[in-house]
Amino acid sequence: MTSLTPGTKSRTRNFHSEKFDFASFFFTGLTGLATLFILGILATILINIIVNGWKGFSWHFVSTIPKKDFFDINTTGVLPMIVGTTFRVLVMTIFVIPVGVITAIYLTEYAASNSLITRIIRAAVNNLAGVPSIVFGLFGLGFFINFVGKNLDALFHNPSAVWGQPALIWASLTLAVMTLPVVIVATEESLKAIPPGLREASLALGATKLETILKIVLPQALPGIMTGGILAVSRAAGEVAPILFTGVAYYMASLPTHLSDQFMDLGYHVFVLSTQSPNIEQTRPILYATVLVLLLLTFALNIVAIIIRSNIRRKMRSLH
Amino acid sequence: MDKYSPAELQKYLELTPEQFKTMDRETLKSLMDVKVEAQDEIPEQFRNSRDARVNTTEWRYLLLPHQWDDYQKPEYIWQPVGQIKKFNIIPLFVGTLKITLIGLLFAVPLAVGAAIYVSQLARPRIREIAKPAIELLSGIPSVVVGFFALLVMATVLQKIFGYQTRLNAFVAGIALGFAVIPIIFSIAEDALTSVPRTYTQAALALGASRWQTAWQIVLPAALPGVFAATVLGFGRAIGETMIVLMVCSASVMSWSIFDSARSITTTIAAEMAEAVNGGPHYRILFMLGALLFAATFVSNMIGDFVIHRFKNKLEGKR
Amino acid sequence: MPRVAVAEAKPNASPAAPFIQIESLSLFYGASKALKNISVTLGEKVVTAFIGPSGCGKSTLLRCFNRMNDLIDSVRIEGAIKIGGYDIYGPDVDVIELRKRVGMVFQKSNPFPKSIYENVAYGLRLHGVKNKSELDIAVEKSLHQSALWDEVKDRLHSSALGLSGGQQQRLCIARAIAIRPEIILMDEPASALDPLATARIEELILELKKDFTIVIVTHNMQQAARISDQTAFFYLGELIEFDSTRKIFTNPAKKQTEDYVTGRFG
Repeated sequence: MTSLTPGTKSRTRNFHSEKFDFASFFFTGLTGLATLFILGILATILINIIVNGWKGFSWHFVSTIPKKDFFDINTTGVLPMIVGTTFRVLVMTIFVIPVGVITAIYLTEYAASNSLITRIIRAAVNNLAGVPSIVFGLFGLGFFINFVGKNLDALFHNPSAVWGQPALIWASLTLAVMTLPVVIVATEESLKAIPPGLREASLALGATKLETILKIVLPQALPGIMTGGILAVSRAAGEVAPILFTGVAYYMASLPTHLSDQFMDLGYHVFVLSTQSPNIEQTRPILYATVLVLLLLTFALNIVAIIIRSNIRRKMRSLH
Repeated sequence: MDKYSPAELQKYLELTPEQFKTMDRETLKSLMDVKVEAQDEIPEQFRNSRDARVNTTEWRYLLLPHQWDDYQKPEYIWQPVGQIKKFNIIPLFVGTLKITLIGLLFAVPLAVGAAIYVSQLARPRIREIAKPAIELLSGIPSVVVGFFALLVMATVLQKIFGYQTRLNAFVAGIALGFAVIPIIFSIAEDALTSVPRTYTQAALALGASRWQTAWQIVLPAALPGVFAATVLGFGRAIGETMIVLMVCSASVMSWSIFDSARSITTTIAAEMAEAVNGGPHYRILFMLGALLFAATFVSNMIGDFVIHRFKNKLEGKR
Repeated sequence: MPRVAVAEAKPNASPAAPFIQIESLSLFYGASKALKNISVTLGEKVVTAFIGPSGCGKSTLLRCFNRMNDLIDSVRIEGAIKIGGYDIYGPDVDVIELRKRVGMVFQKSNPFPKSIYENVAYGLRLHGVKNKSELDIAVEKSLHQSALWDEVKDRLHSSALGLSGGQQQRLCIARAIAIRPEIILMDEPASALDPLATARIEELILELKKDFTIVIVTHNMQQAARISDQTAFFYLGELIEFDSTRKIFTNPAKKQTEDYVTGRFG
């Protein structure tokens, strides 16, 4: 017979519990409530916007260029804002994807994994990801506009500032710098997921490293690169702080056609209208509809990226 | 110039006795001319104002309170418009701190609690839904969160708490918390899940409940990761612009969270457009941007370093 | 602690008093049947070994005894396991109460990232022991019983992770016996250890069986022959033969058993 030691006195023969474990129940409930609360916030924001924005949302809204009167829900439109947002994001993509992919290829395929340069580049990428968006805006203003732009103007002997002022190109470049880490990380992930056997097979057949990368590795990594691009686009579409002084305007008479034009923007419009509108009741439906358009844009992109990414992950799992 | 005695002259030119002695008459005369010219440029009503003589961009005025003419006691004032531009940056620091602290106090318990629940306590099926859903919150642009805070939350919170100013640091802080929760949750949940499952199994086999295992075994083991999550959340919080910009507008130097406040980020965002290119205001805003960059840089380095060490320690144990 | 006398005695039970009764137990992972209709009665205060080739279900069955299989979502049980006469899969059973009485030692030692003292004290604290002197006594007793005391008595508060593999496993045993379970389950406890450490664990088990009922899963037949009193041979989820160890290894009743113990397959 085992001797009694502390803790054995309260045992039951039939394995039924003696007393109710209140602490576990309470804290499990508390943390569960925290989870529910966070999900509730998400749901509230989304539902609030959808319910209120749906009323003003229409094909007319999405396709009209407003004529100076932003405040009548029946006649105004957000086409120039959609165009502005889309253009700046498109131009950004042209810059960020090549630079990001090349950097990622260098980091995974060429660089020695522990050399000082590699570690510095990686540290730089990590830190770039954490820089506040307004600081990027300052960078865009101080470097792109006031340095590059002004010098371009001097080079072309422009009588008045063409490049040395807020413009589509500078806003796009600023966004490209901001979303570079997203593309680099996504590309690196997809490059690393390709089994090394594939590369070895290509090299064994006599291909050079560059040929292997261009013909074998990159095509395989394409879905991952696309995911990175889409995530970058989705993030950039919603950002307002970096474009505040690099190119956005509250009202432009026509759609942007040159890289040196200023542009309107969905997010910026929401910002200005909600903080500076004289009659909030009148602008409320317009605001909600605009926000809805913006959300649809960013969410649609996010969901597409997630779907592609999970498809890739599934395919990769079957490869290994 | 000859009308003044040497002592008066020295005081007028605002020189120290040593400087005054080293200068000859010619130098003193040129100094005098410059001074008269400068005086002429000052509008009439300010000629005798003590304030007007202050070089408000000196560090002393940026950081320490100063007794301005129109005020009853020394104050910290950020007011870069008007004739006499006051550039004290302390109100901006206080504003940033207020809002960030409120945001973190709101976000960290919620995010870490949810991370513990999703990672350790919930059924796997719940984890599959809750994790991506919470991360979806990070996909909402901050303009939209700010918009929601401005239109909906501000009113609701005022009804609940009953304070004076509808748009204040408290509302901004809570809204900021919304934006920061997904980051803290993601990293903390990742850290908790990285703790080797054998610990959990050993604890459960001894008769611990899921909560006891999570609280007594898993969380202590994952603490570095959770700490790093908070640090990275902090970095994100001080850098957030649009939410605070939309909710708070006035630059008030006050410790009360129910007053409005201006953070460093919103100040840069709101005032850059009006700052004269190359002028003192412009440069001070850039300096603030540099400070912000340095702060987030440091906090990100700390966070990344702690995570790195934490992951290495776990790898060593596997 | 009072023991309940078991009502029925199975005809082929060993001389030891029946204690763990498995009745028509089947286990499903989703749709696939991993344990097929197992019925056997294990004795009290003896060492029972589960042997069989990889994947035959012996570890799975072991984990049924303390319901660790509950942690896997897709698992379903049919039949019953009775300990002391009460079905542990019964409706009002509190799994935590079960695990107080049925302890487990794992294949790879898994001490908590805490001090040696705290590892052993953890179970005790869990079940309500707060008094420091009570804890001290219990910790020392467990460490003595698992033959670890002399090696760690001067560094009780240093990290458990600084111990060698064999010491860590003995620490895990000390941790398990600290709360005085009636049954100790061991899932290949020495498979990750060198021969010297393995020998010490085996010595320990022979000592422990005076106070505890031990069920050990092992893929090492010689080990089973050395330390167990009864042996159960499993193959592909079925119980092929169960008898005293001597009989299983010298004169087994089934040809399959004989083929396995003589090494014709494995």
